[in-house]
Amino acid sequence: MSARRVVVTGLGATTPLGGDVTTSWSALLAGTSGVRLLTEDWAQNIPVHFAARVAVEPSEQMQRVEIRRLDRSEQFALIASREAWKDAGSPEMDKERLGVVIASGIGGVTTLLDQYDVLREKGPRLVSPHTVPMLMPNGPAANVGLELQAKAGVHTPVSACASGAEAIGYALDMIRNNRADIVVSGGVEAAIHELPMSAFAAMKALSTRNDDPARASRPYDLNRDGFVLGEGGGIVVLEEYEHARARGARMYCEIVGQGLTSDGYHIAAPDPEGAGVQRALKFALRDAGLTTKDIVHLNAHATSTPAGDVAEANALRAALGVDADHVAVSATKSMTGHLLGGAGAIESVFIVKTLQDRLAPPTINIEDLDPAVSVDVVRDKPRPLPSGDIAALNDSFGFGGHNVVLVFKSL
Amino acid sequence: MNKMALAQADVLAGLKEIVEEVAGIPAASIEMDKNFTEDLEVDSLSMVEVVVAAEERFGVKIPDEAVTDLVTVGDAVNFIVNAAN
Repeated sequence: MSARRVVVTGLGATTPLGGDVTTSWSALLAGTSGVRLLTEDWAQNIPVHFAARVAVEPSEQMQRVEIRRLDRSEQFALIASREAWKDAGSPEMDKERLGVVIASGIGGVTTLLDQYDVLREKGPRLVSPHTVPMLMPNGPAANVGLELQAKAGVHTPVSACASGAEAIGYALDMIRNNRADIVVSGGVEAAIHELPMSAFAAMKALSTRNDDPARASRPYDLNRDGFVLGEGGGIVVLEEYEHARARGARMYCEIVGQGLTSDGYHIAAPDPEGAGVQRALKFALRDAGLTTKDIVHLNAHATSTPAGDVAEANALRAALGVDADHVAVSATKSMTGHLLGGAGAIESVFIVKTLQDRLAPPTINIEDLDPAVSVDVVRDKPRPLPSGDIAALNDSFGFGGHNVVLVFKSL
Repeated sequence: MNKMALAQADVLAGLKEIVEEVAGIPAASIEMDKNFTEDLEVDSLSMVEVVVAAEERFGVKIPDEAVTDLVTVGDAVNFIVNAAN
């Protein structure tokens, strides 16, 4: 039996740049920032007063009766999945061949915290009976699986900020291993709340540029001081190639490989040598059957932390060598902020659009490029990519030393 | 007699608001003969919400054993009216 090829046939997203893929993508190409001052009272009590909230509130995209029994992360998952499924043509199919893999870093954390407050203030009887399905980390995936009646398996891999990419890689495996013909995959996160923000701030991981939030997320800039917390989600519909061809589906591109490794270095800091990242890049290329010469674009992890951005750039240079010179690197967290479990997923959506439009998105907010960054960064304006067959990489790394690299190729 | 009838109308109106909030069904289409699960799509988790909200609103206790007998809106209204008086 020949190997099963996997293509992308649908996209969906809700991000700080727009309530759907088209709006988010246009805003991205235009170099728009989705970072704003938070209006909630609690934001004044913590060191960081800003974040990247979704541009369109779920209440504008869903009924109240749905919203009241879904955690915000589950709302994002359903909104993005509905767009993606429709984009894929809402295919009629044997549901035993349909899977869902949707990750998040921390699941229904706002439900957990809000219901804890209810418990303390009003007692156990008033705790919502919907609490458990709302806070469980598999909730986003389970709700989408339920809506689509997916019966091939519903999964939630978790690896902090690499979760969204890992979910898409898991979906790739499901199809390659003949467990499914279509898998709705991606990641979400809804953690903009006093506790998670205080916790990240306590680690000194967040930028404290309160006087200029739109310029706080500045990967590769000399004066970057931490990441900006974002929320939202991205979904890609993966489909077996022959299955897509038989139903006349529109294919955006092919997903051709993944590389997964772990650092064994530190619970939160990246390995400055980037050995784990280099191996993940090598394994991804090998899995894809490609060489370093075939890659023209990388949507970088680059979160705007002093240590992380350079460690990743060094690893890319070490793994690709001189071929890194023709890789256009885009750090889109400069505009969206860091969506944690949703990051690897929305960045995969952006890569698919990059291959479709042959335009690498810009990296904004670089006023002084850090001289330690040795890769070719796309700055300020989108950059056209070459014609012909091209391939792009998405890399995502999570607290705990998880490294995920995905490879996408034009068709 | 008059006092009981008023109480029943009040309870029905209150329960309609609760069910509208929990299940999203417009209060105008909720009547005494409506079946919670079949007509109003109130599943087991939402039924717990309805019961707790009713207990809070009408100042009554609705024991778990009694909930299984509350099949229609009318069953719930009558139970609450009896429990309150």
